[in-house]
Amino acid sequence: MAKGWSLGLAALLAPVTLWLGLFFLVPLLFIVAYSFGTSGAYGGITLGFNPGNYLLVFDPLYLEIIVRSFGIAALTTLLCFLLGYPLAYFIVFKGRRWRNALILLVMVPFWTSLLIRAYAWVVILGGNGIANKSLQFLGITDGPVDLIFTPEAVLLGMTYSYLPFMVLPLYAALEKFDVRLKEAGKDLGASRWQTFLRVTFPLSLPGVIAGSILVFIPSSGEFVIPDLLGGSRTVMTGNLIQNQFLQSRDWAFGSALSVILGVLLLVAIMFYIRRVGTDKLEGA
Amino acid sequence: MKRISRGRFLRTMGAAGVAGSTLSVLACQPNTSAQSGGGGGGGGGPEEKVLNFYNWSDYVAESTVPDFVKQTGIKVTQDFFSSNEDLLAKLQAGGTGYDVIVPSDYMVAIMIKSDVVQKLDMSQIPNSKNVGKEYEGLSYDPKNEYSLPYQWGTTGILYNKKEIGQLPESWDPLWDTEFEGEMSMLNDTRETFGAALYRMGLSVNTTDTGELQRAADELKKQKPLLRGYFDSTEARPLVQNGDLLMGHVFSGDAFLALSENPDLDYVVPKPAATRWTDNMCIPNGAEHPQNAHKFINYILGAKTGAELSNYTYYNTPNAAALPMIDDALKDLPGYVLPGSVFERLQVIADPGEATREYERLFTEVKSS
Amino acid sequence: MAATSKGSRKGTMNGLPDWGLLLGSVLVYLFLYAPIAVLILFSFNSTRSTQVWSGFSFEWYGQLLADPTILQAFRTSLTVGVIATLIATVIGTMTALALSRHRFRGQSVADTAIYAATVMPEIVVGVSLLVFFVAVRIDLGITTIVIAHVAFTISFVTIVVRARLAGMDRSVEEAAQDLGASPVQTFFRVTLPLILPGVMAGGLLAFTLSFDDFVITYFISGVGSSTLPLKIYSMIKFGVSPVINALSTVVLVATLFLIFGGSRLLVRKDNT
Repeated sequence: MAKGWSLGLAALLAPVTLWLGLFFLVPLLFIVAYSFGTSGAYGGITLGFNPGNYLLVFDPLYLEIIVRSFGIAALTTLLCFLLGYPLAYFIVFKGRRWRNALILLVMVPFWTSLLIRAYAWVVILGGNGIANKSLQFLGITDGPVDLIFTPEAVLLGMTYSYLPFMVLPLYAALEKFDVRLKEAGKDLGASRWQTFLRVTFPLSLPGVIAGSILVFIPSSGEFVIPDLLGGSRTVMTGNLIQNQFLQSRDWAFGSALSVILGVLLLVAIMFYIRRVGTDKLEGA
Repeated sequence: MKRISRGRFLRTMGAAGVAGSTLSVLACQPNTSAQSGGGGGGGGGPEEKVLNFYNWSDYVAESTVPDFVKQTGIKVTQDFFSSNEDLLAKLQAGGTGYDVIVPSDYMVAIMIKSDVVQKLDMSQIPNSKNVGKEYEGLSYDPKNEYSLPYQWGTTGILYNKKEIGQLPESWDPLWDTEFEGEMSMLNDTRETFGAALYRMGLSVNTTDTGELQRAADELKKQKPLLRGYFDSTEARPLVQNGDLLMGHVFSGDAFLALSENPDLDYVVPKPAATRWTDNMCIPNGAEHPQNAHKFINYILGAKTGAELSNYTYYNTPNAAALPMIDDALKDLPGYVLPGSVFERLQVIADPGEATREYERLFTEVKSS
Repeated sequence: MAATSKGSRKGTMNGLPDWGLLLGSVLVYLFLYAPIAVLILFSFNSTRSTQVWSGFSFEWYGQLLADPTILQAFRTSLTVGVIATLIATVIGTMTALALSRHRFRGQSVADTAIYAATVMPEIVVGVSLLVFFVAVRIDLGITTIVIAHVAFTISFVTIVVRARLAGMDRSVEEAAQDLGASPVQTFFRVTLPLILPGVMAGGLLAFTLSFDDFVITYFISGVGSSTLPLKIYSMIKFGVSPVINALSTVVLVATLFLIFGGSRLLVRKDNT
């Protein structure tokens, strides 16, 4: 491990510093500056110090949308975890020689455009779609029911879209640790569940964290899926931000919302990592 | 507003006899490919032979652009926007390089005020004489200094007549609990507020907080009855396939649906409804203003104008093109409007500062 | 997988699969693939419906090929994806090396910055870039899209490569350096071949994210820069059509080829 600064290190870090500094950090600073500005009626902005945009975020209407969006994102993350963990576990420990093939099968949908995946559900959940046909065939319903354009459809679409984001890091985490550890656990007389809870799960926590973050973030800023599968009846933070920039022409308020969303996510994730990370230490 | 109507499917299908022919979706010109706007493609004239056209999706006839290319040798690059605000944002970004854009009425007013479009040189657009009287000098550009109309239409109710019978000329059915879960409204703030305001006998352009609040209350009452708030193009197939009984749509989508499914009907309700116009403008900083004028003049030609409307199913503001509009189209209910109906239509104007109040209230309605 | 020989009597970890787990996994795979299967099926429908099957035809593929705007969008996405991936992979790998092979003042700041870039929701990145490009008057277009895609994929590449570096046995590297190889030589001769699966995985991830990106691109596209996701979005907004199904199928098949090719490379590297 090389210690301290050197020319080599500086050379390695220069491109990323430049690129992220100029095209990530500086734009975010612009947003922060704009969030204290005042929007003109026609989209212009006057810089200054106007805390009004932030006060507006606490308007019950907007606050409720933000809170609800985080709720939906959390639910999506939970669903992805519940579906994704057993799958990743299965692939790693039971997949045997098909392991690579099985993980590839998870990656294929992940490689397909998110829009296409959402579109697939538009087709399936439609009035004459397969889902309705199946329900009628099974005698559960006797006519078409409303499946699409419901909050459940939004949740389903988001879970479907982001599931691979959960499985891949879980797979990576589980794959890394040695089966012999588990064997050791069993040899010491631990039951399967005990082995899982004491050994396997704690060791896979980095994967759980990474997966949850990868799912939670896009979910909480989502605006396409509520649009396509929710019939725009469910407004999420993403829709609200988009609306400020492309409908209301209120860039200042849109910027304030973006800042709030970014900061809340950062805080939530730091908290999450610290929390789960500590537990992990205690478990070890 | 998006009046992206789509694919004149029936006609093209009929004409081409099915078989993998070009249709609807590819309507957008077989000629656009990759000509980049910026390249130094040196043409003969003072300007390089390039035109960047920024339009709503699927809003030109198959022949429109290829014929223009054939006539003038000017290559056309097309990009598409999905809302007026989207267009405005891109223009305010400055120097985006578009030569001709197609904003709707109220957006023309906003663009003039925010100084992003330039005055047209009418001497280069002799065909501007073809524009019908009713479509000239509208409130958003009283002297037609900056804009010339492209297409116009109405906003009304597309419904399944076979299922629910003839509807009255009224907005009330969209609030009728009998049709709960079988209706949709436009995902368009001004149009959906418009429906509520018209129904109460108010102006679509009100900026009165009390009136707006009343409209919002009505829309909140309506929300549980709706399947959702959709773009017009999204609502059309839903009504057409029988998923919905009723949809709040733009006329072109309604006419397309009507021509494919005779069980449907379209109504322009009383006491008022929206009449909208999309217009051609040239942004400030356009790199090919001469080509842009040529293109606008070309669109306002009689034949081009007729082809355009025969494809989009919207109405033409082009008086010279009127005689060449397909009879099948003219026979559709609500396509040719009697004077009495035309009289009661309202034009959406820029509400200025009230824009945000509208948007806030619509967000409130949607998340109620 | 060294445990095969040593399995305990009660049933080895690598023995018969647990039936509940197997069933659950099959169901999840069904959940993942049923929608795609339906999507593909209806791309061959003979009528315009995407919900009611009427017969087999290639009509929608014909239409797809006849639509120059789709082909153009595809080309744009490919160009953007390849350029952005190359840049992001190089920068990301350099960053990963710096972060995992060096201890330096400000490291935690660098770490946080890398993660922050992945933590920022796309919509925030999208609007901030829009605001930025507008303010500094950079014309929106392919260049701005590439810039943005590189910016949001660098961190992902870094994280993936870094994971590979962390799991790597350092002794070979140390041996090389003990034998007098310069850091650069060591990197190209020893480190790079060892982390190549990670670099490739990072690159594939970057390409995917770029090729699939809708949100950021939506805010910063300009003249002649409509990417495939933008095109697909406007097509969906036009109402469902089997042409979208056909397009999805093509993207899917292309993806399969890419993954298959990529995975063969990865597997080979893993086994050596």
